[in-house]
Amino acid sequence: MTVLCCVLALALSACSKGDAAGASKSGSLQILNVSYDPTRELYEEVNAAFAKRWKEQSGQDVTIKQSHGGSGKQARSVIDGLEADVVTLALAYDVDAVASAGLIKEGWQARLKDNSAPYTSTIVFLVRKGNPKGIKDWDDLVKEGVAVITPNPKTSGGARWNYLAAWGYELKRAGGDEAKAKDFVGRLFKNVPVLDTGARGSTTTFVERGLGDVLIAWENEALLAVKQSGKDKFEVIVPSISILAEPPVAVVDKVVDRRGTRAAAEAYLAFLSTEEGQRIAVKHFYRPRNPAILAAAESEGVFQKVALFSIDDVFGGWQKAQKTHFSDGGVFDQIYQAGK
Amino acid sequence: MGITVTYLSLLVLVPLSMIFLKTATLQPAEIWAVVTSPRAVASLKMSFSASLIAAGINAVFGVLVAWVLVRYSFPGKSIVDALVDLPFALPTAVGGIALTAIYAQQGWVGRFLYPLGIQSAFSRLGVVIALTFVGLPFVVRTVQPVMEELEVDQEEAAASLGAGRFEIFRRILLPALWPSILTGFAMSFARAFGEYGSVVFISGNMPLKTEITPLVIMTKLEQYDYAGATALALVMLLCSFVLLFLINRLQSWSGARVSSRSPVEAPKPASERPAGARAPGVAS
Repeated sequence: MTVLCCVLALALSACSKGDAAGASKSGSLQILNVSYDPTRELYEEVNAAFAKRWKEQSGQDVTIKQSHGGSGKQARSVIDGLEADVVTLALAYDVDAVASAGLIKEGWQARLKDNSAPYTSTIVFLVRKGNPKGIKDWDDLVKEGVAVITPNPKTSGGARWNYLAAWGYELKRAGGDEAKAKDFVGRLFKNVPVLDTGARGSTTTFVERGLGDVLIAWENEALLAVKQSGKDKFEVIVPSISILAEPPVAVVDKVVDRRGTRAAAEAYLAFLSTEEGQRIAVKHFYRPRNPAILAAAESEGVFQKVALFSIDDVFGGWQKAQKTHFSDGGVFDQIYQAGK
Repeated sequence: MGITVTYLSLLVLVPLSMIFLKTATLQPAEIWAVVTSPRAVASLKMSFSASLIAAGINAVFGVLVAWVLVRYSFPGKSIVDALVDLPFALPTAVGGIALTAIYAQQGWVGRFLYPLGIQSAFSRLGVVIALTFVGLPFVVRTVQPVMEELEVDQEEAAASLGAGRFEIFRRILLPALWPSILTGFAMSFARAFGEYGSVVFISGNMPLKTEITPLVIMTKLEQYDYAGATALALVMLLCSFVLLFLINRLQSWSGARVSSRSPVEAPKPASERPAGARAPGVAS
C-alpha cells in the first residue's frame, strides 16, 4: 500500500512539475495551442515565425506546443483539464463549450476582430479528373447515381459546415423555404454511401479507397489534396454559393491567468492577423481576412471568387444551428429516421 | 490485499462508478428515452448481433488454430504462433484502416467479393470482419494451454479403435475444452461489443444501418451530452456484465458436469490404455 502511494505521489509530482514550467522567470516560456486536425502544418509555420517576432519584441524565448485532434474532442480535453493557453478550433460551438465550462470569459468572439476568426475557409467539392459526372454546383449532388462522400455531422465539426452549406444553398434558391431545404439535404444524404467520423477519414475514403464521385471538403483540405496527389487525379469545383467557414481562436483566460502567459498568448493570436500571419495562412490555403492579401491570392489563382453567406446570417449562430440540426431528434436525425 | 483493492479501485471501480453517477443526473424517463431512441436501439442490435457472430466465428476457428499449433509441427510455426497476438498489439485503428483497404471495392480481397455481390466493406459484413479480427487471440490463447495439458494417448486410443478425426474431436477433445472455449468466446464477445477504433473505418457508420453503439456514444460526447452518453454506456456495461456472468455460470456448471462424469468414465480409458499404448507400436 505504501509502495503504491509512493509511486502515485511521484507520478503526480512529476506531472505538476511539468505544468509549472510554463511561466518560468528565466526569460523563456511555453504556451500550448490546442487545435483541430488539419491546422498542424499551418501552426508549425506560424509558431516559428511568431517565436522569432516575440524574441525581437520582448527578448523572451517562447516555445509553442501543439495538440491536434478532432475539434470537439480537443474542446473536451480542455474542459477536462488540458492546460491550453489558446484554443484554435473548427467551430465557435466548440469554443462556446469551453467558455460555458468557465474557462473563457463570456463574449469571447467579440474580443478579437473579424469574429475572432483571423483566417477563413469555405466548403468546396473535390471531383475526379475530368469531372466525369459533370458536377458544377450543389444541385448536382442530389442527382441519381452521384455518390457523395462527406463525414458524419454528428461526430465531425467539418461535416457540420458541409451540411449547413448545402442547406443554405437550397434555402437561398427556394426563397427561404425550410421544407424544401430539408428535402434537398435529405436527398443529398441519400447519395452518401459512407459516413466517416472525421474529415480526414472522408478524404481517405475518397482519395485512397476510390469511393464516390465527389467529396465535400474544406477548401484548404481540397487544395492540399490536389497539391499532394497531383493535378492529374483530382479537380476542385467551387460551387456558385457556399458558407463562410470561420474557425475561431481564443485565449483560455483561466489558464493564462494562472500560468502568467496572457501577454504572449494574446500576442500569438494577434500575430495571426498581421501581414506575415496572413501570408502564412494563404500558403496553407486558408483565406486571409486582409483584403489586399486576399485579392492578391485570388489574382494569383490560389482562390476562386465565390459568394459566401455566414452562419450568423442564415442560421442565427452556432448554438441555434446546432440545436435545430444536429442535436438528438434534430433535422439530421429526422432525415435518417424518414429514410429508414 | 490492500494494494490490490486500491489498484482495482483506482483503475476499474471508481471510473466505472462514474458512469452510474453521471447517468444518475438524468431522470429515469430520460434514460429510458435515450436508450430506446431508434438510433440507440438499432445500434445496440447491430453491436450485439455482430459481436455474437464474430465471437462465434472466433470460437470455431480459434479452436482450429489452437489445435494446429498444439498438435502439429511445421516450418514457421513460431511465426504463426506470434501472428495470433498481433491484433492485441496493433492499435485497432490501424487494423481497421488496413482491413478497410483490403476489403473495399478496389482492395485485394474486395475486388473478388464485390463482383459476387458481396459488399465486404462499409456494410454489416465489414463490422463482423473487424470484430472477428480484434477478438481472434482470445479463443486461441484460452484454449491452447488447456489443449497442451491433454494427453495424446486418449486421442490415439480412439484413433486405433477406428474413430474418425471429427469423432475424436467431438467425444474426447470437446468435453475437456468446452469451458475454455466458452471463456474465449465470452472474452471475444466482450472485446467486440466495446470495440470502436477498427469498426468506425470499415462500417460506413450509416445511422440505423451500420452504426455501432460505441459510435452513438461518441456522437453524444461530441454534442457535450455526457449524461446521454453514459446512459448508453451503462446499458452496454450491463449487457456485457450479464453475458459474462451467464457464461461464468455455464462454465462452472459444465466444469462440474465434466468432473462429475469423469470418475465414471475414468476406468474406461484406463482399461483401454494397453490398446492406446499399442497404437504407436502399430503405427511404427
